[in-house]
Amino acid sequence: MQFRPDKVECLCPLEAAYDIMPSLRALRPFSAEIGAFLNALSQVLMADKEAKAYPDVITFGFFCRKGNIEKLKNTYETRISHRLGRGVAFHIAPANVPVNFAYSLVCGLLSGNACIVRAPSKPFPQTGIICRAMRQVLERDAFRPLRDYIAIVRYDRNNDTTAYFSGLCDVRIIWGGDDTIDEIRKVPIPPRAFDLTFADRYSICVIQAAVYLLESDPVKTAQDFYNDTYLYDQNACSSPRLVVWIGTDGAICAAKRRFWAALHETVQARYTLAPIVAVDKLTALCRCAMDLPGVKLAIMPDHLIDRIHIANLSSNLEQYRCAGGSFLEYDDQNLDALASIITRKFQTLSYIGFQPEELREWVLSNGLAGIDRLVPVGRTADFGPIWDGYDLITFLSRVCDVG
Amino acid sequence: MDDETYFAIPPYSLDKVKKQTFLSETLCGLTRHHYQACPAYRRVLDAMQFDTTRACSYYDLPFLPVRLFKEYELLSVDKADVVKTMTSSGTSGQQVSKIFLDKATAARQTKALSRIVASYIGPKRLPMLILDTPAVLKSRTTFSARGAGILGFSMFSRERIYALDENMDLDREGITTFLEEHLGKDILVFGFTFIIWQHFYKELGRTGFRPDLSRGTMLHGGGWKKLLDEAVSPADFKRSLHEVCGIQRVYDYYGMVEQTGCVYMECERGHLHASIFSDLIIRRAKDFSVADTGEKGIVQVVSILPGSYPGHALLTEDEGILLGEDDCPCGRLGKYFKTCGRLQNADIRGCSDTYAVQTR
Repeated sequence: MQFRPDKVECLCPLEAAYDIMPSLRALRPFSAEIGAFLNALSQVLMADKEAKAYPDVITFGFFCRKGNIEKLKNTYETRISHRLGRGVAFHIAPANVPVNFAYSLVCGLLSGNACIVRAPSKPFPQTGIICRAMRQVLERDAFRPLRDYIAIVRYDRNNDTTAYFSGLCDVRIIWGGDDTIDEIRKVPIPPRAFDLTFADRYSICVIQAAVYLLESDPVKTAQDFYNDTYLYDQNACSSPRLVVWIGTDGAICAAKRRFWAALHETVQARYTLAPIVAVDKLTALCRCAMDLPGVKLAIMPDHLIDRIHIANLSSNLEQYRCAGGSFLEYDDQNLDALASIITRKFQTLSYIGFQPEELREWVLSNGLAGIDRLVPVGRTADFGPIWDGYDLITFLSRVCDVG
Repeated sequence: MDDETYFAIPPYSLDKVKKQTFLSETLCGLTRHHYQACPAYRRVLDAMQFDTTRACSYYDLPFLPVRLFKEYELLSVDKADVVKTMTSSGTSGQQVSKIFLDKATAARQTKALSRIVASYIGPKRLPMLILDTPAVLKSRTTFSARGAGILGFSMFSRERIYALDENMDLDREGITTFLEEHLGKDILVFGFTFIIWQHFYKELGRTGFRPDLSRGTMLHGGGWKKLLDEAVSPADFKRSLHEVCGIQRVYDYYGMVEQTGCVYMECERGHLHASIFSDLIIRRAKDFSVADTGEKGIVQVVSILPGSYPGHALLTEDEGILLGEDDCPCGRLGKYFKTCGRLQNADIRGCSDTYAVQTR
């Protein structure tokens, strides 16, 4: 194994001293200096002309502002008072989501760690904008001491480089799904270190038909649902792929008509279906039809939205996932059947017409193996330090216990 | 119309109206047949809520994505009646399509192919020079696309030799002897586009060996992807080959193992043509509606040949452009078109890095 610094592009700061990172002083979670740094970063990003073209960068900038970080800190109350960062966190960001690396970094810093972040190798403009803003803030005298705590790097898949960074870390955070996890796990980490892994997940949406009909603004709901799905090609782990309708036949029928018609308007105006994805979706439909009982494709004006009605729920539904607007649909009177198919693959349940506490009680009392998040429709992509059932702040810090 | 009558019709002689009438009747019949005989196919049509009893144009028939044949064994006959299983050529590790042929379907494929090819090289069997290695035919029970192509086109020959040995090296001696024996006679030259380029053309260029193929008719297929990577256009291909071996008649064809027999042959004007045994419909991604002439879209194909597997209407993963119908200056009736290669991998967003790996 040999580390070749020339194989690594350091995006922020432009030159990093990786080898000193393990000897840096650990910070306390939600430390004042990190809070101030994030707030300054937020201000730079919100004022950045180029950033305005990227809603995901603006959302990230908004996330970093003082008010939000304070609010997050308050949710931890005294739970973080005897904690310290673990040391060095090595983050491997997913290749296809531009801003995820930045959120991962923020969680690492807020927990009190020095962070090495592998940004996606695809040259997303968002990566450049965020790294530029960060460099600018770190140039200021007040933040110079933090420079050593951050290294955002980019390199082509290379096990020697990954091995070098892995050897320095106290915790390794692996995004990018099952295959990436398998690959990275072949590279060892120090004895005390551990991997925090974000595997491939499956997400669903549950809609109380009568409530939707009574209370929802169809256009607003369609935009929210669009943001949960098509905005990320329906391929984020939190994007729903199964839509479960709860209610009487009449209410469900009316609700579906309104919901999908409104969504179709939105999709038609905003989404381009790539030809290969159209073929993927037809293939997914055929596979469902061949393997699952009672499958019916709903009649729609085109194939922007494929709605595959299934007559029964089974626990292998995640094998039929398909990106780009392919939804399984199931009707029921209550959540009992749904509870019976939830596996550890299930991540986000988004809802319309339910009380979140009531849904949480349903997860807890049924002892379900999956479902880590309950969010209203439109909020599935909102990032928080609790993700995939892990509280990142807790996992990325250690307790100093007084016995 | 029964098979015999239809196979007697010259393959490029039906105009749009006649061809559509015939294809609609035949293909709707095949749809009913497969609906009855293949449970998996029936489930797909039921899911699409397609009514097979209603008469319709073949434009309205459901089509299966070719990829399904890689994941499922789809057949409309008893497995005991399968005489031949064809597989697509995939690189190792890739899943391959499996196409099951009974006696009747295999015979129809042969008949259709021979009608099409005869219209190019004449009804007489010719000596055949195969620009490939006999090694691709090693396995006799399953046929790769390359092997199937060689065997299929070998029917039109009375004597054949392979230009490449087991190691893909040029057999100069064999070629020379073969050409001397058939001096002054027409010969059939067959191969796969990239192999011809890589192992025949380049070798001639390198060695200075110049066999005289001026009486040859070359048929080649298999796609242009690798040659486009080397920036070799169809015109370059023809000109370069002419320079090294004097060959003048060079015809590309488009075809797929899922619809063997119905090849789409290139004409003297460089256009690919649909014969009366098959047709092609260019479709839009958004709603699978029919694209206009000149508009790029996804290639859907139909064939009247598949009786033993539900492959009479398929959606390929290729892009193409319809150039016209019944009015190609070459005089052949039917649609003519060009292909634009494989559909591009989508640059899809999402958390998992492996989307492309999973579905391709």
